Amino acid sequence: MSSSVLKASDLTKRFGDFTAVNGVSFEIRPGEILGLLGPNGAGKTTTIQMLLGLVTPTAGSIHMFDLDLSTHREEILQQVNFSSTYISMPQSLTVEENLWVVARLYGISDMARRVNDIVKKLEMEEFRGKVTRKLSSGQMTRLTLAKAFLTEPRILFLDEPTASLDPDIADKIRSLLKEERRSSGLSILYTSHNMREMEEMSDRIIFLQRGRIVAEGTAQDIVDRFGKADLEEVFLKFAREQGQSSS
Amino acid sequence: MKLHRITALIVRHLYLYRRSLPRIMEIFYWPFLDLVIWGFITLYLARYQSQVPGFVTFFLGALILWDMLFRSQQGITISFLEELWARNLMNLFASPLKPSEFLTATMAMSVMKVTIVSIVMAGCALLFYSYNILTIGVWLMPFVLNLVIAGWIIGVFTTSLIMRFGQEAEVLAWSMVFLFQPISCVFYPMEVLPTWLQMIAMVNPAAHVFEGMRTVLGAGAPPVGDLAWAVCLNGALLVGVVAWFHRTVAYCKDQGLLVRVGE
Repeated sequence: MSSSVLKASDLTKRFGDFTAVNGVSFEIRPGEILGLLGPNGAGKTTTIQMLLGLVTPTAGSIHMFDLDLSTHREEILQQVNFSSTYISMPQSLTVEENLWVVARLYGISDMARRVNDIVKKLEMEEFRGKVTRKLSSGQMTRLTLAKAFLTEPRILFLDEPTASLDPDIADKIRSLLKEERRSSGLSILYTSHNMREMEEMSDRIIFLQRGRIVAEGTAQDIVDRFGKADLEEVFLKFAREQGQSSS
Repeated sequence: MKLHRITALIVRHLYLYRRSLPRIMEIFYWPFLDLVIWGFITLYLARYQSQVPGFVTFFLGALILWDMLFRSQQGITISFLEELWARNLMNLFASPLKPSEFLTATMAMSVMKVTIVSIVMAGCALLFYSYNILTIGVWLMPFVLNLVIAGWIIGVFTTSLIMRFGQEAEVLAWSMVFLFQPISCVFYPMEVLPTWLQMIAMVNPAAHVFEGMRTVLGAGAPPVGDLAWAVCLNGALLVGVVAWFHRTVAYCKDQGLLVRVGE
């Protein structure tokens, strides 16, 4: 039995001549929040898409809960969920209808209680009956987070989960994530362009640049290693290096 | 296959139909309009009934059956497009849902759509033109089933193309079925086609259904041969097109197209 809930080994994705992800290996331990950082085009989204089975790796393997994703897709994805600012939900359905559909899709027992709980937790009562197309961007983000929490996943992939939230709700979401991790041992892979948030949330951070891991460790380790004042300066260093090499 | 995942998708579409006027129009308004326009043309042409015996029966029967095939195909393709327009494909394909469950749900939607459209069209034909589709008799149900499956085949084929080529191929959802119409011999017998086109029509299951319909309405003979052809071709083509859909999903995952298909 492995001590990690997720193990990516030598993960590579090529699209023709372009290598989006190049030999990336990492693990996530139970209850750990792993931050995935890197400038635009570093390979973060492609990595998450491979972990979700949406993109097939060119080489390498993905194991979750000691199962191979290529052969146990259904069992793995039943225990995994994600939220991203780049996705949406059916616009003509109400918030509650969307959650009901997700609950059915994952075969959740006691659907009514779960939907009510999650609506309450994410403070969505006032717009639970609202049609999705009428939601503000902050409300939409809360809906996609609710979709992700509803299925009680063991691993959650969060791509900029607080990007369009006001500071109050963003703070509540971070508290909720920490609480879920503490109470249920939820493991999280987290991306954000808010460096303070990454420092606050992540147990460990992986820095990607041009599809490769260029730094790994706690936020403080990484800051010390590169002799910078904070994580934002490290980010700027990698982003500018990547920008120079591609221009 | 898990039933709860299939019903989740069906429920999702039923929620949509509940408050979407354009979707409801798609079921009631367009088939009704089709029938009204073509029905009156048929009545006009019926003045020349002596030259083409049984013309009204042939034409209205064919029109109703063709609409069943068309709505069956739409049931599959539009259900996929709904997910694409809602940018919901990532949510679905990152869930435990299997491609086969996705297809089964769209096929179930297609059957619901065809059932409602058939009732609307048959009712209107009776009301406006005193035409009773049940004159086709016991052969009606096997004809309808074969046309529904033929619609699924075109629908799955079209869906695969849209998935592969993205939103620019969306127009195929409405146009693809009409590519099959000339070789489906809906309003004329297969024998009027040039020989080379007859060869192509021979492998189209819908053409055998419409030939069978004319056999029943014209001579009253049992269309066993036509139905046997339709069943065999439908079986083979459905297996082939579903396999192709699975291959397309795998190809799109390999090329990263599945996450970009709605862009």
